[in-house]
Amino acid sequence: MSDTARPAQTPRRRSLIESLEIDTRLLGMIAAFALICIAFDLMTGGRFLSPRNIFNLSIQTVSVAIMATGMVFVIVTRHIDLSVGALLATCSAVMAMMQQAWLPNLMGLELGHWAIAPLAILAGLVAGTAIGAAQGWLVGYLTIPAFIVTLGGLLVWRNVAWYLTGGQTIGPLDENFQLFGGINGTLGTSWSWILGAIAAAAAVWIVFSARRAKISHEFPVKPLWAEGALAAVFVVLILGFVGILNAYQVPIGRLRRIFEARGETVPEGFSMGYGLPISVLLLILVAIAMTVIARKTRLGRYIFATGGNPDSAELSGINTRFLTVKVFAIMGFLCALSAVVASARLTNHANDIGTLDELRVIAAAVIGGTALSGGLGTIYGAVLGALIMQSLQSGMAMIGVDAPFQNIVVGAVLVEAVLLDIAYRVPAVRPKALLFHLIVLPILILMFFGALYFAVSAVAAVVLGVFFKRKGVL
Amino acid sequence: MVDRTGTPLVEMRDISISFGGIKAVDHVSVDLFPGEVVGLLGHNGAGKSTLIKCLSGAYRKDAGQIFVDGKEVEITNPRDARTHNIETIYQTLALADNLDASANLFLGREITTALGFVDDGAMEAETRRIMGRLNPNFRKFNAPVSALSGGQRQSVAIARAVYFNARVLIMDEPTAALGPQETQMVADLIDELKRQGLGIFLIDHDVHQVKKLCDRAAVMKNGELVGVVKVDEVTEDDILAMIILGKKPEHLAA
Repeated sequence: MSDTARPAQTPRRRSLIESLEIDTRLLGMIAAFALICIAFDLMTGGRFLSPRNIFNLSIQTVSVAIMATGMVFVIVTRHIDLSVGALLATCSAVMAMMQQAWLPNLMGLELGHWAIAPLAILAGLVAGTAIGAAQGWLVGYLTIPAFIVTLGGLLVWRNVAWYLTGGQTIGPLDENFQLFGGINGTLGTSWSWILGAIAAAAAVWIVFSARRAKISHEFPVKPLWAEGALAAVFVVLILGFVGILNAYQVPIGRLRRIFEARGETVPEGFSMGYGLPISVLLLILVAIAMTVIARKTRLGRYIFATGGNPDSAELSGINTRFLTVKVFAIMGFLCALSAVVASARLTNHANDIGTLDELRVIAAAVIGGTALSGGLGTIYGAVLGALIMQSLQSGMAMIGVDAPFQNIVVGAVLVEAVLLDIAYRVPAVRPKALLFHLIVLPILILMFFGALYFAVSAVAAVVLGVFFKRKGVL
Repeated sequence: MVDRTGTPLVEMRDISISFGGIKAVDHVSVDLFPGEVVGLLGHNGAGKSTLIKCLSGAYRKDAGQIFVDGKEVEITNPRDARTHNIETIYQTLALADNLDASANLFLGREITTALGFVDDGAMEAETRRIMGRLNPNFRKFNAPVSALSGGQRQSVAIARAVYFNARVLIMDEPTAALGPQETQMVADLIDELKRQGLGIFLIDHDVHQVKKLCDRAAVMKNGELVGVVKVDEVTEDDILAMIILGKKPEHLAA
């Protein structure tokens, strides 16, 4: 039980990243995301990183990102959920029918009644959680593989949604309900600044209270300047994000309509920023809540322990069957929450809502570093993964990449993300990964930029290949 | 000397368990007194691990009774065993490789704050304290246990078993993966725990080791109990004969 005595470590200067104790994997993801943003921004002549596009990007990401946080738990416990898109559709159908048919016709609430939106959302959340829990029961207690249960669920819930609505598009949805959709519900500039300031203060407080807790237990802490720098980065990011969202001005046509509704006219030189969308706020709250569950509760601890070693979790007295039910119930709840955002954004419930979302959600979680072998994954990674995918998709649409190519690229990026992750962990794979890139990158360049660039990059790839061969890397 | 006049700490009476028609454990009775180490011996597949898993809650016995302090108890899962202060160090160690030492040590029994959140600071502090006693060279408190050496992992598993005031400790081949120096530390630990009045079931293949560490040896063959002997009344050859031939030594057979 003793370690072999190791030579006293010579104190050496710690590198910047070591001092900051930042997850290098997270850093890699952020770098990739930054690269994508900058590249698209250059290609679109500054339109990609405009306040308007950042605003749109963030509200487009919300639905998939909310579900991706739940998918992290599912995948961490070594399961999979293929039914999330279909479940979203069923929840959306329940909520739409509540608003348009059941509440007005059966309960006698007239359209526009204040209670319609809360009751509809409540019904959707209950339905989603119950369906998720039922699927979890099939997986946990009846030991049917999650792949099969949710593959079946994919068909079942997609068509339950169809049956509930008779295949019709149900809309328009309740005005209050639409507030969760994004552009129809924003906090306005002042409230956004207030929330941003509170969040920034909270971030600083969290960084330093964690430090204080460590000191009180006499654990080693990172240097004060590193904590300060970290806190400063958080503050800049939070306030910067709020500032950008506030900078997106409500178009003049829309302003006129708002003022006309109040019987006024728009004053000369008047302008108004959108501020933080409620849907984005919802995502942030979900991400925080899920992170707290993952890191600070027994439930989260057991989820990760079960993913790391199901037998040891069982032997430690964890009820892994019931845990599975809980994990799928959380997933179902989040599907319902996503359904609120998705249908509110479209202002109606359409029959194809959430189609293929299961793949986007799984891809977001996996790009975000969740290991399909279980036990590993982070909530912020999944949100970042969703953001990366959405950025790719809309960036390509903005520079006019053909639709089939867009999907090809998103698919390739998914594989690429996992390949890079494996190369990061398994040194033996690195040469093969390098070779793979030398072959694939010129082909991608051909697709995007045409023959001239392809020729240049192909030559560069061959030269690099020969160079690495000589060096003995390949 | 172990005092065997009082009530045994644990008594397993007529335990049977079978898997698909094969009787893995067939009417076996063993008891354990405070401050005693009972070795469980036998070939692979003799049923010793299966027997002990009925006590640790990993398996459910088909028939038989388990008494703790003379009172019959029902052990249907690992949680039940833990509530009776029966702790197990499994051969596989049963660690969650992706979690760090303190998360593993407290797995299933986390220290929580007043708000119900897990208190990582307090748990790490406790882990540092107990590891300081068990394995003073242990440093990697923030690394997942997959990054630890075999001996370090073993010490995490042992710490987990002894931290929560265990009264009965089950050790399934605790030294199988260890070097000589680490094996000696386990032996010292067993001695210390014995002095504190714990009862220990030790599953081991090494007859020499059992002779050295145990007070009594229970030998199993084909799911049946060959016999329980006091180790200082028999030779190593006698024990080997029990394991291989399934016969009790002649001077004790009567």
